[in-house]
Amino acid sequence: MKVQLQHIHKRFGPVHANNDISLTVDEGMILGLLGENGAGKSTLMKVLSGFMAADSGQILLDGRAVQFHSPADALRAGVGMLHQDPLDFPPLRLLENFILGRDSGLGQGQQAAEQDFRRLCHQFGFDLDPNAFVSDLSVGERQQLEIVRLLWLGARTLILDEPTTGISAPQKVKLFATLKQLAAEGKSIIFVSHKLEDVDELCQRVAVLRQGQAVGEMAAPFAADRLVPLMFGQEISMGARPFVPLGPPLLQLNHLTLGDWRLHMADVNLTIQAGEVIGLAGLEGSGQQLLMQTCAGLLPPQAGQIILDGVELTHQPYARFLEAQVAFMSADRLAEGLVAGLTIAEHHVLTAHRRAKQKTGRGGTIDWKQAFQHTRHKIAEFNIKGWPDTTVESLSGGNQQRTLLSLLPDSLRLLIMEHPTRGLDIESALYIWGKLLERRTAGTAILFSSADLDEIFQYSDRIAVCFDGRITAIINTAETSVEELGYLIAGSQKAAAQGPN
Amino acid sequence: MNKFTRFGYALLPAILAVTATAVIVLVVGASPTAVLGALWQGAFGTAVKIADTSVVWVSLAICSAGLLVTFRAGQWNIGVEGQIALGAIGAVWASRLFAAESTPPWLVMALMLMVGMVLGAVWGVAIGLLKSYGGVNEIFGGLGFNFIATSLTIYLISGPWKPAGTSSVTSTQLLPERLWLPTLDGLRVSVPPLVLAVLVVTAVYLALNGTIWGLELKAVGRNPRSAFVIGIPTNRILLSAYAVCGLCAGLVGAILVAGVRHQLVANISAGYGFFSILIVLLAGFQPLLTPLVAYFFAALSIGSSALRLGLNLDSSLAGVLQGVLVLSYELVQGVRQKLTERGWKKQLTLKN
Repeated sequence: MKVQLQHIHKRFGPVHANNDISLTVDEGMILGLLGENGAGKSTLMKVLSGFMAADSGQILLDGRAVQFHSPADALRAGVGMLHQDPLDFPPLRLLENFILGRDSGLGQGQQAAEQDFRRLCHQFGFDLDPNAFVSDLSVGERQQLEIVRLLWLGARTLILDEPTTGISAPQKVKLFATLKQLAAEGKSIIFVSHKLEDVDELCQRVAVLRQGQAVGEMAAPFAADRLVPLMFGQEISMGARPFVPLGPPLLQLNHLTLGDWRLHMADVNLTIQAGEVIGLAGLEGSGQQLLMQTCAGLLPPQAGQIILDGVELTHQPYARFLEAQVAFMSADRLAEGLVAGLTIAEHHVLTAHRRAKQKTGRGGTIDWKQAFQHTRHKIAEFNIKGWPDTTVESLSGGNQQRTLLSLLPDSLRLLIMEHPTRGLDIESALYIWGKLLERRTAGTAILFSSADLDEIFQYSDRIAVCFDGRITAIINTAETSVEELGYLIAGSQKAAAQGPN
Repeated sequence: MNKFTRFGYALLPAILAVTATAVIVLVVGASPTAVLGALWQGAFGTAVKIADTSVVWVSLAICSAGLLVTFRAGQWNIGVEGQIALGAIGAVWASRLFAAESTPPWLVMALMLMVGMVLGAVWGVAIGLLKSYGGVNEIFGGLGFNFIATSLTIYLISGPWKPAGTSSVTSTQLLPERLWLPTLDGLRVSVPPLVLAVLVVTAVYLALNGTIWGLELKAVGRNPRSAFVIGIPTNRILLSAYAVCGLCAGLVGAILVAGVRHQLVANISAGYGFFSILIVLLAGFQPLLTPLVAYFFAALSIGSSALRLGLNLDSSLAGVLQGVLVLSYELVQGVRQKLTERGWKKQLTLKN
């Protein structure tokens, strides 16, 4: 289906999120939509998929003007959208979720639906059990479910918003194969991303948005040296990793056994030296998250020892870990880190109070003037786009991450971060890592996880690979390759046998 | 939004509630203006009435101040009723423990208030403990402890504290008059509780807005997980909120014994705990607005007693008005939120 967007305008208060954007996607084409966070990609796609109405402008499907009042409207016309966070109903079974949203929900048999479901899954090689619960699926599997559902409901144009965030490498390969197959069948696909390599691999054409405007289009093959300036208005190059001599052993994990009802990790042994950066690689849900929570003192281990700087912290309360200068930054910033509804200044009062009372008040009272001054200083230092009285949920993802960083104490021994740059634009990602490396130079050890292999390669001294609840390999970054790591992450013994050591 | 529409939104629930109540009054065959007049006369007509209104205000103001604290911590503390009862029990208990005439009355009364507060706090903290360590939703906890408090009161009245030589099972013996809080001449109002109420309301306002503790309550109320990760001892904060609210409710119970009833009666809390929830909701959780709304509710409840005498209407009409008022307020809030979202869109389309 040919999709045309003409002169789309959309404002939110003072922000002109879409400013006169026109785009065309031909039948059978995969169009990449590039742009940094806040460039207007998601807004434009929400307009196209009926989630919100444009203030002005026109949508043409196969040359016919249409108007959508709801996502259901759009889907009826053949436009379906997969969101960054899949919008399904976790307590349901797959098949129930699959059937939801169909116009004639009653009457038609479940059996027919199940047959369709199995046929579609088979067609794309998805291994989905219709009777499993949606809550047990990984992000990648939920995505597969959503694709199948949208196709079944008659989508002829698919919109994917950052679909490679949070899914595993094999799932990504499968996703890309599926999308190519769909394009070959004549479906048109819009692939929203800020990852150049994904777009490079998949798309025949890209359109770049910057600050709400369409700033350029390009056909494959794409020249990165032209795309990057289009996206950011300037060229950014990756900085080289500075050499930092490592200090004495800081964190020792001895025969650690840990887990929750979902996953169990046994016999984890790892030593991290002061100033060392360790990247945890692995498929989503291989144990990285549990391991990091345990190291942070948020999840008590079932057996084994956690020793920090010679002091055993096993089974100590979380407060002791904080006192020992261990900090944890979750990937889910508004769920585990920032309190929505509180301002940046209020966050600083709460954290500064834990460390030094004199900064923001005395005897349990708050000196708001001092607190604001302190916060303004931090906002400037960390280049946060916000004011002391801005509530944190109204900040962009990158600025939330900067805010979290600005809340950390000056002196830290161990910093644990889940996906430090997930969902951030390149500029913010580089900034965040700049700050982290400063810490490292000061002797802070960093343990982080990432789904982005480049990020792991770029910044880790050593890489620990998690697979199926075990650390299957700990390798020096200098002595390995992306390819070898890819094999290890997928659990292949072949590479482990061939690899160094 | 300009000042005018904001004022309109604040006024609209009142208009809705008054209209709805007027309709009910008309249906039962009375004149709305007469009802209004009677209410006003009943609440403010004489010095005695004004004093009575203030007596009720003391209870409502202190309870709703306590509720502001638990609401700030994100808790639906419906256990205030039980905490008031425990406060009353504590006060009577203290008066029995220190019954010796040699103890100065002011000291006994101070002890009555204090024991009442402590028992109220214990009753509140129990809900908090169940919530934070037992995973029991605070609404169930509060409900359960309210029932237990009622049963305990009735048990004490009909059992251990049963007045000697009577078969009464509705109340304990009146306290000796020397243990009655002094009242103003010819009026039922007593000054120390009024002063205490003003102090409590002020302290809660200052604590919520100017202290780390107040901010920690807010953080725990908004997102306990993030608050914990930041390093706030969330369980301790939650328990402290219940303790403070329990102290307030217990104080009210003790004041009801020492200054109003002078004995333990069944249902001594008289629904003040639930009224206070309505008051805090209607005040939009604003510490400064809450005592004013409490005064309005107090006036309604005292004023409504005149309805039966003057117009032969049931005094429960005031309850209807209070209930409708809170419901209209919530309704207008909800509608307003929907309209402002749509309003944005409209305004923007016009601009482009």
